[in-house]
Amino acid sequence: MRHQLATFKLDDCLYGIDVARVQEALRMQAHTPVPHAPKGVAGLVNLRGQVVLLVDLRVRLGREGFGEDDDPMMMVVKVDGEPVSLLVDQVGDVLEIDGSRFGSPPPTLEPALRDFVTGVYQLDDELLLALDVDLAVQV
Amino acid sequence: MDAMDEIVREFVVESYENLDQLDSDLVALEGDAGSRSLLSSVFRTIHTIKGTSGFLGFGSLEGVTHVGESLLAELRDGKREMTQRTTDVLLTMVDAVRELLRSIESTGAEGDLDTTAVVASIQAVLDGTEAPETAVAEAPVEPAPVDEAPADEAPAEKPKPAPVLPGRKADAPLPAKPAAASSAPEPAASEPAAEEAPVRSATESSIRVDVEVLDALMRHVGELVLARNAMTSLAADIDDPALVHATQRLALIATELQQGVMKTRMQPIDNVWSKVPRMVRDISASLGRQVRLDMIGKETELDRGVLEAIKDPLTHLIRNAIDHGIESPEQRTAAGKPTQGVLTLRAFHQGGQVVIEISDDGKGIDPQAIAAKAVERGLRSAADVADLAPQDVFQLLFLPGFSTAEQVTHVSGRGVGMDVVKTKVDAIGGVVDVQSTVGVGTTWRLRIPLTLAIMPALTVECASETYAIPQINLLELLAIDDKQTGVEYVGEAPVFRLRGRLLPLVDLRDVLGRTPRESLVGAVIAVMHADGGRFGLLVDHVRNTEEIVAKPIAAAVKGIGLYAGATLLGDGSVTLILDIPAVARRALELQEAIGDDRDAVATSTGETEQMLIVSVGEDRQVAMPMGAVTRLERFPMEVLERVSGSLVMQYRERITPVVDLAQVLGLGSTFREELAVVVCQRGDRSVALVADEVVDIVECAIADRSEVSGYGLLGSIIVRGRVTELLDLEATVRDADSAFYDVQDAELVGAGSEH
Repeated sequence: MRHQLATFKLDDCLYGIDVARVQEALRMQAHTPVPHAPKGVAGLVNLRGQVVLLVDLRVRLGREGFGEDDDPMMMVVKVDGEPVSLLVDQVGDVLEIDGSRFGSPPPTLEPALRDFVTGVYQLDDELLLALDVDLAVQV
Repeated sequence: MDAMDEIVREFVVESYENLDQLDSDLVALEGDAGSRSLLSSVFRTIHTIKGTSGFLGFGSLEGVTHVGESLLAELRDGKREMTQRTTDVLLTMVDAVRELLRSIESTGAEGDLDTTAVVASIQAVLDGTEAPETAVAEAPVEPAPVDEAPADEAPAEKPKPAPVLPGRKADAPLPAKPAAASSAPEPAASEPAAEEAPVRSATESSIRVDVEVLDALMRHVGELVLARNAMTSLAADIDDPALVHATQRLALIATELQQGVMKTRMQPIDNVWSKVPRMVRDISASLGRQVRLDMIGKETELDRGVLEAIKDPLTHLIRNAIDHGIESPEQRTAAGKPTQGVLTLRAFHQGGQVVIEISDDGKGIDPQAIAAKAVERGLRSAADVADLAPQDVFQLLFLPGFSTAEQVTHVSGRGVGMDVVKTKVDAIGGVVDVQSTVGVGTTWRLRIPLTLAIMPALTVECASETYAIPQINLLELLAIDDKQTGVEYVGEAPVFRLRGRLLPLVDLRDVLGRTPRESLVGAVIAVMHADGGRFGLLVDHVRNTEEIVAKPIAAAVKGIGLYAGATLLGDGSVTLILDIPAVARRALELQEAIGDDRDAVATSTGETEQMLIVSVGEDRQVAMPMGAVTRLERFPMEVLERVSGSLVMQYRERITPVVDLAQVLGLGSTFREELAVVVCQRGDRSVALVADEVVDIVECAIADRSEVSGYGLLGSIIVRGRVTELLDLEATVRDADSAFYDVQDAELVGAGSEH
């Protein structure tokens, strides 16, 4: 059983999302800030005529949010059929990984991440954290 | 046909459609005799026709479909196998039904078509009376033998044999359709050709369209409007004549298409109102009230989505008006009113919105009772309500958990009340407010957008960000110029003196938590109307007016409670649409002191009155109540025209009667280069008063006036040391336009007066 994962980097950690959940990956676009929005909402963006929520994944994962000077990328995922855009450092390749490499997160994983990670894939040289997309977008 | 009742027409159209389906179902059944779904579908159709025809009193139709239904029920339940003969009798039944419908469509009645034969033949099948296969079987296909065949067979069982129908058909009076009558002997096979053209008039002029299709169409048009906005904004930048021309064409077509699609979704409000008379009758009977119902503007059209959404609020307001508004006959007699109360529903279009009013001539709402109730319910403290102006007190009615019924009745007053009305009206971007005079009556007014999909909006800037404000909330725009801002502070809270009344100001920057404003100069006050009150929203600039399409927004953004949605502007950027009532509430939380401002307004209108002072001629001054003045304008002398002895001017594309105050004062006509024009407006009528200069707006105690007066004057008062004549504004205006005060429940938006 091979798992296909779209990967991205955030703070030097490698994350993966089931490829079927990912609609597209894009460069950051002009977005509209939303005053009084909950933390983690970076704004709204026009995605081919659809108004899409931008979620700052850094904030969601308990880190410092993206600033003015950062140049994040947008990973557009589908949640209940609706697109939501995650802000990440860098979008990576789509990896095909054998299901046998999947395991529960190591106890050393920092607590802030633990809730958002459903498990880890043991790659040859690093760990790939499987992101719980549904939880990550629940701002 | 004109005389045909709307319900009957709908029934005919619907039944024809169902019959078409039924024909193909029956034929399909021959191939797939066991199909339950087909049988159920056929059964349902016949069942529906039977039910409705019974309801409408079409006895023959009901009789035919009744036996057909029995047969179909057995087939559906598997108690009977589908045979050639059953199919045949069923088809005969369908033909008979068609025949009856045709008669109903053309004459409004069943005519004297004889259906007993059809009934008998179906009954025969039902009873298992083995009429030979061929006999009835031939009937629909070959007309000639039908006349004899069953006639020979059936008499043993049934007195009236099957074939009578075709024969009688020829004799049946079908005035609208002689052609069909002549083709009568051929019942089924050749019928479609003969009937199509003349009979389907009702069906051909209208088609039934799935609402989903219209909704999708509306969404697409919304997208088109946005694309057009984008094109227009691009074309403005590029400035190529050919592109501009093409864009204008596109804009024109998009607008027409938008109007067309909106029209397909429009339904007259009567669709909801038609149920009101019965409701009013029932409610008033059960409450022992006598109520006359007047409905004005039944044909006013609204988007079906909007119509659906106002159904409940409307019902609630009507119940409320009868229950709480109109008094019992005894009370009315005691109050010197006719025993019969009047409930008036009015609907009309105004400025791209629909206004719906529910008025009663009942006891009115006593602000003090409301205030007391709010305190009793613990919704407000006694101190809170003590100084509220009546208009603000009425807003308490919309608080959750407020029920004004002194006795809980089964009609209303279960604690769910006006807050539900308000929530529902808010949800579709409408506003509701109430005006009431104790002993005279109450008017509830709903202002509803024409359509939910596309709305006109004003785009404004705040701290370099753009926001959209629905036009429905906007009353007017005022620029703060550098000389004199007109902004004053009551405690900490800024207010603006607008035509003599204090308008609480809300800075959008504060509401949105943006960097505070450094200077008021250059800012714009958007005067907003929300929750029955008014306030000024301070924004940095006004960008444009645009037609916007509200896009759904994520729950995380919706949950903030400040935004009604988001939209895309011409440049492709996302813009948040402000939920103005929510902004007002947020601002109230921000500055609790705003209540004090209202008090200031309340007291200022107490013993003293705001007066507008104008100068006339060399040295005369005239004062008039500011509350009755709608606008102040300046015009050159030339605008005045004389039509058959009366002065008029063209004002806002209307011919407006003019009163020269110099003549009222008996000064004769004076020459002035420029005129100060005071416009009083009520509904769509206006009267212009002409003076030389506007001098001031002052607070003065009119009780101190002297009684010396001439015609059109009430006396004189001292304003800043000068004798000033007090104008009898009502008499003066009535002289100029005798119908001015007949405009009922006048729309005084912008007049600065909230009576």
